[in-house]
Order: sequence, then structure tokens, then C-alpha cells
Amino acid sequence: MDIASSPDERHAIVPDFPGFLARIARDVPAHCILTRPEQTRVYECDGLSLYREQPPVVVLPENEAQVIAILKACHEHNVPVVPRGAGTGLSGGATPHPQGVVIGLAKLNRILRLDPETCVAVVGPGVRNLAISEAAAPHGLYYAPDPSSQIACSIGGNVAENSGGVHCLKYGLTVHNVLRVRVVTIEGEIVELGGEAPDAPGLNLLQTFIGSEGMLGLVTEVTVRLIPRPQLARVVMASFPSVEQAGEGVTRIIADGIIPAGLELMDKRAVHMVEPFVGAGYDLQAEAILLCESDGTPDEVSEEIARVEALLREAGATRLQTSSSEEERLKFWAGRKNAFPAAGRISPDYYCMDGTIPRRHLGKVLAAIAGMETQFGLRCSNVFHAGDGNLHPLILFDANQPDEVERAEAFGAAILELCVQVGGTITGEHGVGLEKINQMCSQFTRDELDAFSAVKRAFDPYGLLNPLKLIPTLVRCAEYGKMHVHQGDIRFPDIPRF
Amino acid sequence: MEFVLSELCEQVVTARAAQRQLLIRGGGTRLFYGGPLPPEGAASWLDLSAYHGVVSYEPSELVLTARAGTPLAEIETLLASQGQMLAFEPPRFGTAGTLGGCVASGLAGPRRMAAGSLADFVLGTRLLSADGNVLRFGGEVMKNVAGYDVSRLLAGSLGVLGALVEVSLKVVPRPRREATCVLALDESSALDQCLRWRSRPLPVSATAWVADASGAGGKLSVRLSGNESAVRQGLEEIGGEHLDDEAADAFWLGMRDQTHAFFRQQPLWRIVLPAGAPALGLAPVLHEWGGCLRWLAGPHDAAALRDRVQSLGGSACLYRRDGAPADVPAFHPLADGVLQIHRRLKQEFDPAGIFNAHRLYPEL
Repeated sequence: MDIASSPDERHAIVPDFPGFLARIARDVPAHCILTRPEQTRVYECDGLSLYREQPPVVVLPENEAQVIAILKACHEHNVPVVPRGAGTGLSGGATPHPQGVVIGLAKLNRILRLDPETCVAVVGPGVRNLAISEAAAPHGLYYAPDPSSQIACSIGGNVAENSGGVHCLKYGLTVHNVLRVRVVTIEGEIVELGGEAPDAPGLNLLQTFIGSEGMLGLVTEVTVRLIPRPQLARVVMASFPSVEQAGEGVTRIIADGIIPAGLELMDKRAVHMVEPFVGAGYDLQAEAILLCESDGTPDEVSEEIARVEALLREAGATRLQTSSSEEERLKFWAGRKNAFPAAGRISPDYYCMDGTIPRRHLGKVLAAIAGMETQFGLRCSNVFHAGDGNLHPLILFDANQPDEVERAEAFGAAILELCVQVGGTITGEHGVGLEKINQMCSQFTRDELDAFSAVKRAFDPYGLLNPLKLIPTLVRCAEYGKMHVHQGDIRFPDIPRF
Repeated sequence: MEFVLSELCEQVVTARAAQRQLLIRGGGTRLFYGGPLPPEGAASWLDLSAYHGVVSYEPSELVLTARAGTPLAEIETLLASQGQMLAFEPPRFGTAGTLGGCVASGLAGPRRMAAGSLADFVLGTRLLSADGNVLRFGGEVMKNVAGYDVSRLLAGSLGVLGALVEVSLKVVPRPRREATCVLALDESSALDQCLRWRSRPLPVSATAWVADASGAGGKLSVRLSGNESAVRQGLEEIGGEHLDDEAADAFWLGMRDQTHAFFRQQPLWRIVLPAGAPALGLAPVLHEWGGCLRWLAGPHDAAALRDRVQSLGGSACLYRRDGAPADVPAFHPLADGVLQIHRRLKQEFDPAGIFNAHRLYPEL
């Protein structure tokens, strides 16, 4: 499949590669510069393997001074830059530029400081998300945002995408848990955004930078907030005879003033898809299953769980099970966390969508998606971050059947359009990248897209940082592109993701 | 209401054509905050107070959207009727204060360290731009990574990039139980104590340390919020003297709205520091946010104070400036690279410089 860019866009920048290579050779050791095709092949895609582009050069700096030297050289020689963390992203944010350099920051993987007293950690961008919590664990602390790829994804990538996780209703997204980033600009200057003190002076550049998909600067240090690990977590698993009633259960929990640590919903097809795969003990008769987690002190959790159980019964739950051990809690979660790999087992291909909707429209949206199944002649299963409205429809199809790819694409496009129509958004947590760049045209007006370009220019006046991503040009606004996974042809298929 | 908005757009277009500066105003209660106002007649008011009203409120979605001119008090009354609240506990300076002013100033109250900053709860905005267009960023959903987070850029921007005309906020349930206890501690002991609680799973939702009359000792008030069990256990661990609910509410309101006697002093500095920063040895001082926010009253040397605070990783804002030299900028100076990005953002969003000139930094 063609990389989602038109020839006009691809040749807008004319880089001077020989000059660039000569320049960085002074500051960056030869073993950090990859130019042979067999070396650079590894970097041709991120977690969205449908988009591939072999980069002419990959540089893997070992320290901040080298990052500065590389970016200065890019600036001087007009070379586009594609930053890359662990490469687990799902929207093509790290897809190489055909005439650019990929800068992999995985070697900046040291935890520079971890202060259990003030509850902060300062880490390199290549440090894995889970490694922060592991390092903090002996002090009874952890880093809250837990994207499902957390064993592999890096904190630098989390900053680029504003990653979430199943606990973000209560504990927030990356944007709520990062205190400071140290950034190298395209001009090779260091700027620090935010700080360990609250409310840094000036405009809120830190939170603007988070989720900017590598288009505003390269991160060389991230300061994160650590929080005390709750003593206990338990999860209630509830079966419902309809999706609407499960949604009603969620509404009652929130209306009662409870913010659960996690709140996840699966429809019947998703349950039937994952149960044979993980054996989590899900109720195969249910039309929907809701998982609701409570955490805190044992007394606090008991009090909350008792209320949750009562509220879910009132909403019409037909079966309730509450985890009585950590092992059982993890088992209940296992099915939800493995929804994507499970889809890969029952269907040759699937598209994962990532829209967010106001939750009150859930019943209507799922009914509409069911209608679309008939319209497009394809199956779709739905997993849903019920607390925050983030819906992941998985469209199942077979790319070897004539026109199924087209139908799946049209199906996906219709879902995203629907999300925008009911007041939602085209992406809740996976990012725009290359994948959803066309749908940006549905969600935003030209003037709004121009405002994004204005932010971009304020940080990167030359347009060299991760060009062609996130902001569609006028020309692009008629095209479409979606995530497409063929035969489990996804990078790191063993990593749970959503 | 759309007529009111189109009038406002018209006013911006006219001002831009005439190269005339605009000062954005809601209830006019926060004009003291920020850089100096231009002399009378040098700028026109862009008055958002007529553009008011709650647009939508879905308690079960935890989202409220309201026009910028909506009084903050009206919003909080509405939320309270559904057992909800604004988590960042914004200060109110009288009844006229509006949502727009609240968000543009970015100020949060006692709950800030436990709940998050004001910007943390901003989900979406509509911005009246320098072109006289209304642009929508973010939305009414909690997870949204489509485009840059311009809404959060606007939170606390003091109107230098344009006028907020509508804001969507994440709201939260009111805690089932709140309780306040008071411990007699001197400044350093209070700071040490707050730091120790930080790494404990305690439901501390606010702290305030106030010096006693002699200045040698003081009282640390601690508010706990959560469900019955969490608050009860927290009280057991923290100890101290229990304050009755009525007195506690009055005390925290005095902190939130800065009506406590301490805040009558001028000039008044608002200093933010990382957790664990030591006592500065300057007085009179009042601490909140576990010691991360320090209010310092009196005529301190601005440059020396700012150097000191910066060396500790913080910043100092001249919050109420009566009695301070006129040439002291309100906000802590920015590093060159960061200021450069500020300049470019201003240039991009408001090239003619019509919105709230000098309110954030003299360069903008």
C-alpha cells in the first residue's frame, strides 16, 4: 500500500544528505549511524505495519549532545526528522520519511533520578513505561498511565502520543502525569517545559507538547510524577442482557459519585472472541460484560465494591463476580487486555478503530455499528473504555476476499464519521499520525487546521520535524487511510494493545 | 446568544483593522492578576460577560460546557445540585467572576495538588481568534488526541492568543466525606510532615500552614477527602485536633477565595516550588499545596527573591503589586528558548498584537 502522501508533499523538502552525513560524523560515533539497507529495514514501520517506508538513514544517538548535533545538522542540511521510541505506536507516527532521517531514542534509556521522598522520577525518553513502575516499586510507588503495550513502549513515545491506559479515568493520561520535559528543538537548542514545581510560568507549553506526535521537538528527559501504590485492587465482573443496560450500570456508578480505577465494557462478540483465547471465565450468555475495578485501602475498597455491586444489580446485571485474589483479578482483566490478539486469531485481518464518543450515545452508536455490519457485510466486535467513552471497534475481514479491504475501509470511515457526528473524536489515544490524517478534515475546519500549523511553526519554523503527519494539507482532505492488519502482520503481535 | 457572539467577532475584526488593542474582560474580578493594564483609552474592552449560559451539562459524563461569560458561581451551584464540583477548586473574587476569566487566569485552589491543575480539566475550548473567527479545539470527551492540545495551551494564557468564548471542563463527584485536622507545627516541621504524607496513600486533599502571631510556631491544617473508610483511616494516621465541619468549610473557603486575613497584605508574592523545598526564611509567609505554594507578603527585593526561588526549581509571581516598584514584571522571567516560542506563538495567533498586550509578558 502506498504511504499516505502525495508526490507533491514528498518532494517539498530537498535534503542535502552527503552534507548531513559529513556533519554528524564529527559528533556521532559510526556505530550509531545506520545507512545499509539491511540495517535500516528494521525501521521501515512502527506498530502500524501497513505503512512502510525504508529510511535512507537511521541514527541512534547515545546521549543528549549527539541529539543536539544531529538536529543541528538536520537543520543546516534541510533533512526531515522522524523521531522514534520503541516503535509500538498504532497510527504510523514513526513511519519514516522517504527523504528523512529516523532518530531512534531507545539508547537514552537510563533512569536518571528517582526520588521516593518527593515522588518524582527523571528518565531518558527510551526508558520503558513499565520500567519506571518497576524501579519505583520498592518504594511503594508507581507511574500511573499504563497503556497495554507498557512492557515495550517507551516514555518518550508516551509523551509523543499522550498515551492512556485502562486506569486513566481515575489517574489521568500522560498529560496529567508528566511534570517536565527537556526538549531539543530543530535548531539544536535545549528548552525545558514545565517543572517539578506546579504551575510553571508562561504559556502552558508542556501540555501542548504532550501528544504532539514528535512534531515540535525531541525529548531527551522526562520528569514524571509517581504516586503511592494502592494497597489493594479488586474488580467486579458483571453480565448484562443488553449493551444499553451495561451503559446504564456505568451511568449509575458515576452518578453515585464513584470514580472507579478501571471501567471496561465488551460486547458479546468481543466476549466470544476472547474467551476461547484466554479462558477468563466470561459469561458467554451475556450481551455485554462490564469490568469495574476499585482500589485503595482494604476498607475503602470493600465499601466501594459493595456500592458498585448494588448499583450494577439495580441496572439489571444478571451475574456478578468479584475478584477475591490478585490472581483472579488479573484473570478477569486478561480477556479485555488480549482483545486485539484474539481478533487476530479468529479473523485473517482486522481494522482497529479508536474513536471516542459521549457515553450516553453508546447504545445508539453500537446499534448503528450493528446496522453497518449488514450494510458492509462484515463483522465487528467492540471493546470500550466505558468510563471515558473511548471505543475500539474491531472490524473483522479477509484481505484475500475480493473487495473486503475496501468494504472494511468504508466501514471504518463510517464509524469515525459517526463518532464525530455524535460529538466525539476520531482518536482517543492512538494518535493521528499518518493513519487518521484524512479524518482530521472531518473533525476540524480549515481555520482550525491552520491553527495547528501555527503551533507547529512556533516550535519548528522549517517544518522539518516529522513532516506529513497529523495536519492534513488541503490536497489531502479528500482521501482516506485506516489501520489494516493482515494475518497478524502487526509488529510485536504478542504485546497486548488498545 | 449567537448574535452576541457575532457582535464580539465584529468587534475583533474592527479592532484589527484599526490596529486598536483589546482587553478581554469577563466579570472584571481578575484584572489585578498579570502585567499592567494599559492607560485609560489606550485599549477597548472586549466584554464577554454578555455571552453567558451553560451550553450542556451531562452529570453522568462528568462534562460541563458553558459560555465564557457564565458566572463561575452559577456553574458551581449547578454542579453542586448534582453532587459534583470543579476538582481544581478555583478561587472566586466576588460574585461577578466568570468561567472565561477563571480558565484564562489558570488559577487553582486548595485541591490543586490532589486533583490536578485547572488545565488538567480543560477538555475543549472555542476561541475567538485575531481574524474574528471562532475556532473549536478539543471537545466534550475525556480522551482526545486529534490535533495539538490547543485548549490546554489557552488555559492560563491570560488572553494573549485570543478570547475564550466557550469552555468544556471535566467535572468530578464531590467526595462523600471531608474532614479537617489541625496540627501545631513550626514552618520547617510542617514542610517535613507534608513531604512524608506525599509518598503515603492518604486522601489528603488540601494543606495550609499559617504562622502564629509570634511567627515562631504555626498551625498546619490538613483536609482529607474520600469515602468514609478512607477519611477515617487518614484521620487516624495524621492525628492532630479535629476541626468541626462548619469551621473547616469557612477556613478552606478563606484559602480558596483568598479572603483569609493574610491575603490583605500587599505586595503579595505567589511562589511555587518543587516538593521538598526548604523554608525560605522569609516572612510573613503562608503555605498551601504541601509547601509547593508559598504566599509571601511584603516588599522583598524582586531580583534576589526570583534568583533564590529559581535556584530551588521554582518561580515567583508578583501576585498583588501595590507597594512594589512599577518596573517589576508580574511573572517570573522565562528562559530565552522558551520566550522565543512564546514570541512565535503570539506572532502566529495574534500578529497584529491586539489581544491583552503585556498582560502575560512585556514581550507579548
